[in-house]
Amino acid sequence: MTSFSSGERHRLRQGLAFLSPWIVGFLTFLLIPVGLSFYFSFCDYSLLQPPAFIGLANYRELMTDPVFWQSLRNTLTYAAMALPAGLMVSLGLALLLNQKVAGQSIFRTVVFLPSLVPTVASAMLWLWLFNTKLGLINTMLETPPFAALIRGLNAVLGVLHLPGVQPPIGWLTDPAFALPALAFMSVWGVGQTVVIYLAGLQDVPKELLEASELDGANAGQRLWNVTLPMLSPVIFFNLIMAIIGSLQEFSGPYIMTGGGPARATYFFTMYLYDNAFTYLKMGYASAMAWIQLLLILALTAIAFRTSKHWVHYQTK
Amino acid sequence: MSRKPNPLGNMIVLVALLILCLGFALPFLWMMSTSLKTLDRTMAMPPQWVPDPIVPQNYVKVLQNPKLNFPLLTRNTLMVAVLSVLGTTLSSSLVAYGFARIRFKGNSTLFGLMLATMMIPFPVIMVPLFTVFRWLGDHTGVPLLGTLTPLWLPSWFGSAFNIFMLRQFFLTLPMELSEAAQLDGCSEFGIFRRIVLPLSRPALAVVALFTFMGAWNDFLGPLVYLQDPGQYTLALGLQTFQSQHGGTEWNLLMAASVLVISPVILLFFLAQRTFIQGIATTGMK
Repeated sequence: MTSFSSGERHRLRQGLAFLSPWIVGFLTFLLIPVGLSFYFSFCDYSLLQPPAFIGLANYRELMTDPVFWQSLRNTLTYAAMALPAGLMVSLGLALLLNQKVAGQSIFRTVVFLPSLVPTVASAMLWLWLFNTKLGLINTMLETPPFAALIRGLNAVLGVLHLPGVQPPIGWLTDPAFALPALAFMSVWGVGQTVVIYLAGLQDVPKELLEASELDGANAGQRLWNVTLPMLSPVIFFNLIMAIIGSLQEFSGPYIMTGGGPARATYFFTMYLYDNAFTYLKMGYASAMAWIQLLLILALTAIAFRTSKHWVHYQTK
Repeated sequence: MSRKPNPLGNMIVLVALLILCLGFALPFLWMMSTSLKTLDRTMAMPPQWVPDPIVPQNYVKVLQNPKLNFPLLTRNTLMVAVLSVLGTTLSSSLVAYGFARIRFKGNSTLFGLMLATMMIPFPVIMVPLFTVFRWLGDHTGVPLLGTLTPLWLPSWFGSAFNIFMLRQFFLTLPMELSEAAQLDGCSEFGIFRRIVLPLSRPALAVVALFTFMGAWNDFLGPLVYLQDPGQYTLALGLQTFQSQHGGTEWNLLMAASVLVISPVILLFFLAQRTFIQGIATTGMK
């Protein structure tokens, strides 16, 4: 143990004084709730009566609850569609928007603005766009160029012995289309991610790009061997944020489909919310919350482990 | 990036951008267009891009709709947003100063702990947080559930993300400034208030802006804590209106959505630089 000098003690007091709002908030709004949540997850707790300890019963019940598994499957399926789509579109857009072309700042604004739209408003807008009878998307699919595209797609699907697509498509009313529709909609909001990539692209050393060009690397090789490795820490950051975000998806689907049709868009957080505040099964909901937290931590840990192989940090 | 201009490559980039940006803009344009149509024209086939007749009265109807009660929703939302902005800029800057400018034992440990808390998403703690607010209400005699308080109170105790951003900014200010002030007899709090805060306006603007946006957009928080429609925020009010009367009057629903979006868009054009800088710094290591 090192003994504190009076100067050190003084600084400690001062430091803690400045930190005190956070320390109080951390205890009240985070540590205690997290601790309570852990305790509740082993309890039968309906809010109306005090929690009663029931051991692992909530977790055991979850393991055999088909709705739990369905909500988990829906969430992961959604993440598996929305994550790669968002990653590719935002990265592609950032690379395009980094080129010096006429109207660059207008293009950037147009891409960025949708990401500012409040979830409720974008949910209303996409409800209208996805509307089966009157929605803009289905009416556009009936115009000749898109109709030809769908005929081509159906021909391919036919060869693969898969069912064809028959417009009008029930984007939010057909269980097969509802999750892809929500993932498609999420791509509209990638603007903030694009801005992060654009900032990252400014940090790619010009000398490296010029040197590789002198060595005869073409644009594709420069992208693959210089730009992308240099950008990989930013890609990694965005990937983690996207994983955390998509595993808690709630508001958009809740407003647009309420989890339907036939629970096709019933997300993990929706079932958690319903257990807690509709069925008043607070203990059961807390067990779900812990599984969600562990899932997020596990996926983040996996991302970190693989990152050694593809994320390159610039040494300064 | 290449030194010799490449007209063909430039053309391809331009065309690709035009197509993609058209895709990003179409939903917006369609929303605007729908919001200015009569109800039967929203169902016109083929779809009508330029409304005929143009009905700006839709906006008046939305603003005066007693079931939606737009002025009340706006007032509630503004109250949450303003109190959150005020609380988080004050508390987060104070805490960030402690982390950035005071060398004390345990500083980096506590900072690491704070960073770790950013990983915990709201859905995970919403159930116990609900009971904490219920308990606080029962034991202080001031009811919290069913009021706007739980929506803004936590922001008065610093938010991890804002503290992190402000700390990074405070670190860039030269320590010599503090040392000089200290020699002049300035206390640590005096340095914070008179020197560091005035120099940090750009970073504080980012925090304020993002907190405002967060409060304006929040849906799950109000859904969990609010019970009485008189307390609803815009997000919750609009959703309730849609689920009760929606699915038919798309022109009014789109007008209401445009009204909810417009302050945010306005803020963007007023503070474009702050937005872009703020987002760009979040992506930095």
